[in-house]
Amino acid sequence: MRFHLTDDQRALRDGVRQLLARRFDREALWAAVAAPGLDRALWRALGEAGFFALRLPEADGGVGLGLPEAVLAFEEAGRALLPGPLIATHLAAGSVPGAATGEAVVTAVDGGLVEWLAEADVVHGGADRAPLPRPGEAVPLRSVDPLTPLHRVPGPGPGLGPDRARAGDPALVAVLLTAAEQLGTATRVCELAVQHARTREQFGQPIGAFQAVKHLCADMLVRAEVARAAVYAAAVTAGPADIATARLLAGEAALRSTRDCLQVHGGMGFTWESEVHLHLKRAWVRARRGGDVTDSEELLAADLVA
Amino acid sequence: MDLADTPEEREFRARLREWLAEALPALPPRPAPDDWPGRRAHDLGWQRMLYDAGYAHVHWEASASIRLIFLEETERAGAPYVGANFVGLLHAGPTIAAEGTAGQRARWLEPILRGEEVWCQGFSEPGAGSDLAALRTRAWRDGDDYVVSGSKIWTSHAEVADWCELLVRTDPSAPKHRGITWLAMPMDAPGVTVRPLRTLAGSAEFAEVFLDEVRVPAAHRVGDENDGWRVTMVTLSFERGTAFAGEVVACRRVLGELARTARENGRWDDPALRRRLGRLNAEFRALWRLTQWNVSAAEASGGVPGVGGSVFKLRYSHARQELYDTAADVLGPDSLDLDRPWTLDRLSSLSYTIAAGTSQIQRTIVAERILGLPKGR
Repeated sequence: MRFHLTDDQRALRDGVRQLLARRFDREALWAAVAAPGLDRALWRALGEAGFFALRLPEADGGVGLGLPEAVLAFEEAGRALLPGPLIATHLAAGSVPGAATGEAVVTAVDGGLVEWLAEADVVHGGADRAPLPRPGEAVPLRSVDPLTPLHRVPGPGPGLGPDRARAGDPALVAVLLTAAEQLGTATRVCELAVQHARTREQFGQPIGAFQAVKHLCADMLVRAEVARAAVYAAAVTAGPADIATARLLAGEAALRSTRDCLQVHGGMGFTWESEVHLHLKRAWVRARRGGDVTDSEELLAADLVA
Repeated sequence: MDLADTPEEREFRARLREWLAEALPALPPRPAPDDWPGRRAHDLGWQRMLYDAGYAHVHWEASASIRLIFLEETERAGAPYVGANFVGLLHAGPTIAAEGTAGQRARWLEPILRGEEVWCQGFSEPGAGSDLAALRTRAWRDGDDYVVSGSKIWTSHAEVADWCELLVRTDPSAPKHRGITWLAMPMDAPGVTVRPLRTLAGSAEFAEVFLDEVRVPAAHRVGDENDGWRVTMVTLSFERGTAFAGEVVACRRVLGELARTARENGRWDDPALRRRLGRLNAEFRALWRLTQWNVSAAEASGGVPGVGGSVFKLRYSHARQELYDTAADVLGPDSLDLDRPWTLDRLSSLSYTIAAGTSQIQRTIVAERILGLPKGR
């Protein structure tokens, strides 16, 4: 057992982090919030860097890496709040022309919702193989996440119950990559909270010196680290029970830690200018993907008596 | 990242599995929880079997991955955990191995490994629990001896221990983390009185130890005088590292039994309960992965387990309580019957968020030492 990052994996993670820092810094993030729309140049840059073709065999023009590497890349995407139908396009590399290189934007129907429908070149039935929306059927929502436009389409689509999930199923890969994004969020908001707690002073000292604030931050780290172990293990085994575990733990970490981060920021956290709400809203959007959380719980219950 | 056994690990696992299948039927049944002499004999007998088979050193010398395989396989086979040998094997032993002189290692390590001597831990005091460095048990030098007076509390296995790893204050004028010394005290020395304490589970699992001018040879000091705090921290990081790994495997086994019980008694039809069991499955799967992750990371960096153990301990202690609370919901009225093992386990799980550093202390450790938040109130 060598359950830690290899040098190559570390280099890949650092490379993606640097690329995103260069191409999608905080200035670009707020510009995107102010003027929503998919940045095609950024999309092509991601394609050039191999983000979408990461798991495509080298013979087919891909990078030839595996799920663990994809998970590291999507964790970074989650950290950076990178917008766009990243997972659907990644899953379409090799089957939709232009997806691998970032020339095409591919989105998918998932749980009665479609992300980025108006900007997409191709719409897939999606992870849950839902029927494609017919013209006029997709109704735009006023999306809670300013960086994820959403359309509602008829039929919620089946979930990922014990009967449906099979190892290697693209639907499962989509769930795992979403968990990786949630992990990135959980890690990032812990950093933001700690940064704030170290510098913001009240009652004559940094608020991080107060035990109540410290303990909020400690719980955020614990959630992120437990989720990390679960997500990375699921990337190694690709087993349905491991992926369901990753989804539950990373989802919980993202949802609860974004709230705690907001709490640590106090009144500032409740303003539009603070980055915290963007993380929280994205975590909410991701939590709706890939069927209900209860499906994963049922799958893991069934696993106990299998 | 890789979770598969290396060829060497695969071979170790297969050999161990084979030996366990052969050895376990020869082990006498486990004595009642209250029968301390019986438990001592049982646990030391098991240690002796491990020694004879060449597995006694596994907690000390093997790679961390081999240690996890050992814990996984022994637990899976239903073999005893370290039990009465806990402090010697996982605490005093590693401390002496790391900090003791050649003579001390020769005197104490082999009897621990052979299952001949039991150790207990004299750290906590009535006025020094989570604030361990506030300990006040005094020791002063008199010729070749230290003379020790004071009292210790929550001392597990004290009644049947041969030795006590004892923290004493040797310099009362020094700042509280300095001026502490680590001594190996024989439990049969004149002036040592052990008074069993009854736990809320009704059993006598630990004791108070009163020390009235107990003479401990200065040669029994491990590390320098007044350097006991540093010596102790070396092993505490270990205690919080892999010490609970075997228990996670045990919890996963209990969870499987719970699910089967629920299927038999009809509680399985309740979707809310079923989903709680599913969540717990996720929780303990993740905790096992976290153990593997921590152990691999420590091994890759060549270091001892670090503060990552606090992260694990925090989450695990709460998960364990949640597990037995859920067991109560599966059992229904039977959960109030003290003759059901899960009822006793539920009661003893209440100590997990207190023992070895309360959850509140662990959170402060995580916040200050990992996240770098300022020290404060």
